[in-house]
Amino acid sequence: MSFLRRRKVTTDSSKSSNSESTSGKADDKRKQNKSSKRQSYTSKRWSCWDSCCWFIGFICSMWWFLLFLYNAVPASIPQYVTEAITGPLPDPPGVKLKKEGLTVNHPVVFVPGIVTGGLELWEGHHCAEGLFRKRLWGGSFGELYKRPLCWAEHMSLDNETGLDPPGIRVRPVSGLVAADYFAAGYFVWAVLIANLAQIGYEEKTMYMASYDWRLSFQNTEVRDQTLSRIKSNIELMVATNGGKKVVVIPHSMGVLYFLHFMKWVEAPTPMGGGGGSDWCAKHIKAIMNIGGPFLGVPKSVSGLFSIEARDIAVARAFAPGFLEKDVLGLQTFQHLMRMTRTWDSTMSMIPKGGDTIWGGLDWSPEGGGPGDFNCSAKKLKNNSTRNTGQNSNRNLGDMKSVNYGRIISFGKDVAEVHSSRIERVDFKDVVKGAKLAASSICDIWIEYNEMHNDAIKAVADYKIYTAGSILDLLHFVAPKLMARGGAHFSYGIADNLDDPKYGHYKYWSNPLETKLPNAPDMEIYSMYGVGIPTERAYVYKLTAQHDCYIPFQIDTYADGGSEDSCLKGGVFSADGDETVPVLSAGFMCAKGWRGKTRFNPSGIRTYIREYNHAPPANLLEGRGTQSGAHVDIMGNFALIEDIIRVAAGANGDDLGGDHVYSDIFKWSERINLKL
Amino acid sequence: MASILRFRKLCYVEPAVKCGFESFDDKSSKINQKLDKKEEDVPESPGIRLKREEGLSALHPVVLVPGIVTGGLELWEGRPCSDGLFRKRLWGGSFTEIFKRPLCWLEHLSLHNETGLDPPGIRVRAVPGLVAADYFAPGYFVWAVLIENLAKIGYEEKNLHMAAYDWRLSFQNTEIRDHALSRLKSKIELMYITNGYKKVVVVPHSMGVIYFLHFLKWVETPPPMGGGGGPGWCAKHIKAVMNIGPAFLGVPKAVSNIFSAEGRDIAYIRAMAPGVLDSEILGLQTLEHVMRVSRTWDSIVSLLPKGGETIWGNMDWSPEEGHACYLSKKRNFQPSLSDNNVNNSDAKRGFRVKDPVKYGRIISFGKAASTLHSSKLPAVNPKELLDTSASQNFNPACGEAWTEYEEMSRESIQKIAADKAYTTRTLLDLLRFVAPKMMQRAEAHLSHGIADNLDDPKYSHYKYWSNPLEMKLPDAPNMEIYCMYGVGIPTERSYVYKLSPTNRCKSIPYQIDSSVHGEDDSCLKGGVYFADGDESVPVISAGFMCAKGWRGRTRFNPSGIATYIREYRHKPPSSLLEGRGIESGAHVDIMGNVALIEDVLRVAAGATGKEIGGDKIHSDILRMSERINLRL
Repeated sequence: MSFLRRRKVTTDSSKSSNSESTSGKADDKRKQNKSSKRQSYTSKRWSCWDSCCWFIGFICSMWWFLLFLYNAVPASIPQYVTEAITGPLPDPPGVKLKKEGLTVNHPVVFVPGIVTGGLELWEGHHCAEGLFRKRLWGGSFGELYKRPLCWAEHMSLDNETGLDPPGIRVRPVSGLVAADYFAAGYFVWAVLIANLAQIGYEEKTMYMASYDWRLSFQNTEVRDQTLSRIKSNIELMVATNGGKKVVVIPHSMGVLYFLHFMKWVEAPTPMGGGGGSDWCAKHIKAIMNIGGPFLGVPKSVSGLFSIEARDIAVARAFAPGFLEKDVLGLQTFQHLMRMTRTWDSTMSMIPKGGDTIWGGLDWSPEGGGPGDFNCSAKKLKNNSTRNTGQNSNRNLGDMKSVNYGRIISFGKDVAEVHSSRIERVDFKDVVKGAKLAASSICDIWIEYNEMHNDAIKAVADYKIYTAGSILDLLHFVAPKLMARGGAHFSYGIADNLDDPKYGHYKYWSNPLETKLPNAPDMEIYSMYGVGIPTERAYVYKLTAQHDCYIPFQIDTYADGGSEDSCLKGGVFSADGDETVPVLSAGFMCAKGWRGKTRFNPSGIRTYIREYNHAPPANLLEGRGTQSGAHVDIMGNFALIEDIIRVAAGANGDDLGGDHVYSDIFKWSERINLKL
Repeated sequence: MASILRFRKLCYVEPAVKCGFESFDDKSSKINQKLDKKEEDVPESPGIRLKREEGLSALHPVVLVPGIVTGGLELWEGRPCSDGLFRKRLWGGSFTEIFKRPLCWLEHLSLHNETGLDPPGIRVRAVPGLVAADYFAPGYFVWAVLIENLAKIGYEEKNLHMAAYDWRLSFQNTEIRDHALSRLKSKIELMYITNGYKKVVVVPHSMGVIYFLHFLKWVETPPPMGGGGGPGWCAKHIKAVMNIGPAFLGVPKAVSNIFSAEGRDIAYIRAMAPGVLDSEILGLQTLEHVMRVSRTWDSIVSLLPKGGETIWGNMDWSPEEGHACYLSKKRNFQPSLSDNNVNNSDAKRGFRVKDPVKYGRIISFGKAASTLHSSKLPAVNPKELLDTSASQNFNPACGEAWTEYEEMSRESIQKIAADKAYTTRTLLDLLRFVAPKMMQRAEAHLSHGIADNLDDPKYSHYKYWSNPLEMKLPDAPNMEIYCMYGVGIPTERSYVYKLSPTNRCKSIPYQIDSSVHGEDDSCLKGGVYFADGDESVPVISAGFMCAKGWRGRTRFNPSGIATYIREYRHKPPSSLLEGRGIESGAHVDIMGNVALIEDVLRVAAGATGKEIGGDKIHSDILRMSERINLRL
């Protein structure tokens, strides 16, 4: 910048000195002539080139100036501004509880969920040169833009084994940095960590059990010995902290991962960790599940079926055609689908328990009845002090018709009419056949390319899929994927838990097919946000063009009649935390494990802690201190306070036991499960 | 500053390059040639080459133990002035906080003056994981090159562990405060099991070497003092300890650091720009601040020379004597093997042959005191020093006492200088006198002597565990110990001091006399006597234990653990593009030395010391060790 400016100055001065020396020799007239000439000359030049330079210079100097200001201003200014506008902020829970005298007591283990953990490169192909031990996932995602194909290639796993492809090693980042921030400024665990540190926690009493969230749970042990590491670290923390048991805080998929861990650690050695049958009782004080998708999430179905969820469906509704376009040969979806389909972990969250839990053709736990969830998203967000009774009365008419049990329906009308009036054609007998024309043209391999058009049509003709038949559907459209996943996960309900087949690890992450460990003093918390419309069922349609494209997509034009309808943009919403429906997060603690049941033979106490969503009051508050959204809840002060109290020694009854806003108990009642 | 130092180093070290300005032209043309050559064949990294040519792959898990200063430290709890720095690096990384709020920064890096642990309200902790010490500052690698090459043959986080610890603490305190030793033990046990019962290869660097010695003893000692691994733990879990730049017997640098918070670098700055450091511009008083902070760090005391005069030499004798210092240029002059009387040889050769350097005098006041025969010097009487009661005329005008020097009277300060020369034995008394609090605190954790009888029960105390001369190696006959270090760089060995000219408050009364120079080829430059080494650790400290102290079955090594010496001759980087060089022997830069990396990779992949070629010696370490008269 200074260079540019100086250059201009020097040319000016040299010019003027030149003119002076010549003018000294010449008479007045010539001097006047010359100077006027010079003026016209400079003004002509000034118009274009110099203003350009000035502009660049101006921008650069402003940039530097702002950068300087940014660095010079003390870090607490934004806080002052916020306080000036909204009045003094409440103390963060860590500070508040420190004043109450809470200190470090039990060591704390964090188990991050899917997607939030960082992944880094340890070995790669040529295109990934210079990225050694740089984050591919998490952080800035800079590589995604610089070399998207290379990035997708390295993030994919082997399609057959679900492990590393040859020549590529991508590994989880270890330590607290693995998931404190997902991207710069987007906290995941950071707020909780900071508050725990206020009452004295540090690295020796906090442990982030990071794992490669793309792998199936058992494979994290096979490839990275992650489960062994977690076991060894928990043992170490208990030993070095005077025998104090750990408090485990899993989030999202981490909840299932930790369920798997608890079974693994007590199973004998070749398959398990060989910790013995009282390992959990000896080492774990409490498990505080945050937003746990115990019974899966419907989102994963749409993710696997057509790699879209509400967010993408919304984008498609706003800018139709944009995502489908072949701009720059991107084919974003196909690439994404190919990549995510190699990740076994996405299959851990397919809805579990079938129709018993998620509802059948004409029945669902959430559907029907007064006082049910109010789907008017707008009302919820604008009106924090809503009158529930009034709203629910008004919505009575709409509510009755929602058939949440039909997780996928083809066409809006199909989603709403009674099952007896729907013609369904079974698709399983249709021969898939090879798609003759397409496979050579399509440069991206997805399993849909191997399907015949008739098969695709047959899938649509079946009209309705419930949680039970979804599995058949996925087996039909993605046989390889499901075959791989079927070896690691199971989605049923056990009839007899003592059947020796349940010793296999594929059942360990399904709460309906495992017994909790024998640890009567342990506590299980289910903590989740409520009050946000959450994807629960989808309306699909066939896409116009078939070749090389994903043949199904969410029908974004399917909207409910009124503003309060639960159907918006092809998605039926129910109560939840934006990702996990209440049913999945709460059922096990509300009923499945409550008291001594066959899933919980030792009678581990369970507590439900719900947090009603209140959106941030203003922009300065960031993602809010009372949020109930799936990830933002990690910054919810009430939740943090609960965790800190338990970590400092409180038990569930000290906290106040259950804390419920939703209808989870009523819904659980309706579910007819042998306990 | 760094570049100046680098240039100077080149001048000292590289005999071929004359350090005049007239030679710049040839030099640059040479660089260009090298550049061209380099573009033709980019050197392959050793990891890739060994994988391709010899099929090496990951076998034994590897544990890296970083040294002093290189490990990152981050803030967990601080005073209000450190707002917004939670879990940000205070040490390592970009060091921006030094410039933004220097006093706050210093306050947070200090430890408690009496306990050597956290001051109240401040918690600064070691950064865990490989990031702790892969890069010290952006672009300045420490372990990164080694990690990258290990990864090339298949290592990853499950079989590669960085044993980060808070390097400011005394070793036992890292266990007391952070459970660092327990974590390391658990980590090694875990890696041993999860990698198919393969023993680990430990690679400690610099101070990490004595930290790991401490660990070896700690882990087999029963609790509460030790880790309770039982005898045989090391034999079961450890294949080899590959010490890089080991400071087994301490470094003289630590002396000058404690005594006057300066090393060669600072003395050099002072010579170049006199007055800058001493001036009170902006009230900086850099050195005083540095001294105040670093005196709260127990770990520096662990690096004081160990073994006293037996190892480091006395007033008139030192194991290195006869070492030729071609600091500026190579000469055809054979060093005299001074086995005959020193005085005689002096008289005979006149001043053509220089006086053998009396390295034993670690601190001398004035050049004369460093060269004269001991009989002409006043005898040091340490008892007298200690008897002199300190803190007589504490000047209240100076406010709060910063350094312990302020509590000393002017007379005692001068008396110290009057005693002229100190060897390692009297040095400890000297330090106890000038820094009583620090030495009292640290000597509860560390010891610097030589054991007469290793079976004496007192040696089971943890303060002896990090001194190789006061501990027995564990009973692990199949273990291997490597001493891998650079040679060929002048290394600080002893100092010429003077009294500081200023007499103002809060100043350090002594400083290195940087105006003292020897003749052209003298070992004395800028008040510092140099010996062979890797720029920080003299050969004698790095190599002696492997060359003699532990060689074969000795009382320090009862089970006869095999030892190997691997020396790497220093070659400065031939061009600027090469960065810090692939054949460097300097203390930290050696971590990028290709030969060293190859050795580590081979051993990690299963080779033994014999297979990689046994000893490889360039220096006089064997002869020097011969001269040391230590009962084995």
